[in-house]
Amino acid sequence: MKISYDARGLAEPSAQPPKTATVERGADGARATFDAAELTTRQVNLELRRLVYDEGIGDVTILNPGAKHSLVVGILARCKITIDGSLGYFGCGLIDGPEIEVKGRVGWSVAENMMSGVVLVDKNAGSLTGAALRGGDVVVRGDVGARSGIDQKGGTIIVGGNAGMMTGFMLQRGRQIICGDVGGGLGDSMYDGAIYVGGKVTSLGVDCVEAELTAGDDEFLARKLGIYGIDPPAVFRKFVCGRKLWNYDNLEPAERKLVL
Amino acid sequence: MCGIAGIIHRTGPGDIGSEMTRMLQSMKHRGPDSSGFALYGPPTDLFVMRVKLADPNEVRGIGWADRLERHRDEVEHRLAKIGAMVDVLHGDQDYAYRVTFRYSGDLKPLADYIEDVPGCEVLSLGHSLEIIKDLSDAESVAERYRLSGFTGTHAIGHVRMATESDVDISGAHPYWAYPFSDIAVVHNGQLTNYHMWRRRLERMGHRFQSECDSEIIAVYLAQKMDDGLSLETAMKQSLDELDGVFTYLVVTADSLGMAKDEMAAKPLVLYESPELVALASEEVAIRAVLGREIDTYDPYEREVLVWNR
Repeated sequence: MKISYDARGLAEPSAQPPKTATVERGADGARATFDAAELTTRQVNLELRRLVYDEGIGDVTILNPGAKHSLVVGILARCKITIDGSLGYFGCGLIDGPEIEVKGRVGWSVAENMMSGVVLVDKNAGSLTGAALRGGDVVVRGDVGARSGIDQKGGTIIVGGNAGMMTGFMLQRGRQIICGDVGGGLGDSMYDGAIYVGGKVTSLGVDCVEAELTAGDDEFLARKLGIYGIDPPAVFRKFVCGRKLWNYDNLEPAERKLVL
Repeated sequence: MCGIAGIIHRTGPGDIGSEMTRMLQSMKHRGPDSSGFALYGPPTDLFVMRVKLADPNEVRGIGWADRLERHRDEVEHRLAKIGAMVDVLHGDQDYAYRVTFRYSGDLKPLADYIEDVPGCEVLSLGHSLEIIKDLSDAESVAERYRLSGFTGTHAIGHVRMATESDVDISGAHPYWAYPFSDIAVVHNGQLTNYHMWRRRLERMGHRFQSECDSEIIAVYLAQKMDDGLSLETAMKQSLDELDGVFTYLVVTADSLGMAKDEMAAKPLVLYESPELVALASEEVAIRAVLGREIDTYDPYEREVLVWNR
């Protein structure tokens, strides 16, 4: 048996949308479904674009994604996309607007550089979840790997389970809610933003400090977890930037050692 | 980048040759330079040895075929001379051979004596381990070495994108833990204290055939196990003693293990069931052998896991 899967989308520059979707038009709008099992990465994305942009369909379901990489990327429209299975790496990246539900798990770098919308993952996620996130909500009901929200510049990352090491590494703005435990180096070199943790914290990263929860934080946590039906842990702790690295260049050598 | 994969059947043997081919081929985009397999067939009293006499990308000048034939005869002659009773010698390629033989002495003098034949490298040696590695993708290698239908209990494999050393068979994974029987390693990453460990292990008398950093992991682990540590303890020590970024898989006669560095910098996806455990750099590789919806997870940093067949 020869294996046809080829992850390199550029290998097919002249690919065309396969037009295999079945479309149902009802009173509440049109819904489309197509099977990704026999399609290449580029064909899946082209078919999705055709349905959302050309046909104006606001509700698309993709069957059998088979953990392929780089699916559902670069969608810049308000629509609802359901993925009936798991995604590989770089899924749902560079999107602005869609509400996406992934019924399986996702690999590394899900929702990378997302501008707005929602990505809801029913199972686990790999590392670099929501890397460079700019806005919207990334929700993972299971566990996530290392460096979630690295370089995050906005939006909210919500994790129902545990998170790996260096969670919130270089976080610049936005918030993360981790209901379970987090690994070492939490919030290392973060600039701003806030990380809420419900479970155990292995260790804090450089210049990350604990802060007091305010009434505003409680309201925010209850509201966000309520939207996605995630049971909140008994108590949350809040971690923010210690702001010692903000003026690192102006510090004396002895002071620099204290910060690092 | 590189891609690694491992599979272990817990309820009797399977067609690991085809399974590993499918896993590796689905990760071809991670490394098209070379592909390698470490397969564990049913163990016998005989030793099985895989050797290569030359590289496929060498210039085939005048007398190439004669020279290879001469060297093959020399390997056979030397095996007899050191006291091994050769059972079958079979070549899938004119430069790569599989030999089974009966032998009761030390493996190191035997391996050293064979490797003294010009251009010769012992790729694997043991009672069930067979390492098959060559240039090009997994399907081509499997076809050339007829791996489809290779029955066994566990296997690891590797697709390589060369970063630290040449594109040739010596630089391809898996690495056999010379001169320890039935141990092999595949690795995704870079080791930064490679030279220190290589010198240290060379002082203990071990030989290294390539300039590839991954080669030391196999020997490092085998040496620790020879010193009396369990596989799991040796792997846990490696997290502190090896520097750099790495996720590696190791196989012995009856177990398969994985270790991930303290930065969790290299990916690994894991699927576990009562029948089998499969792990790979990408989930597509695991799905290539399991045609159904599965739940997988990523091991965290500093994780060491070992499964027995």
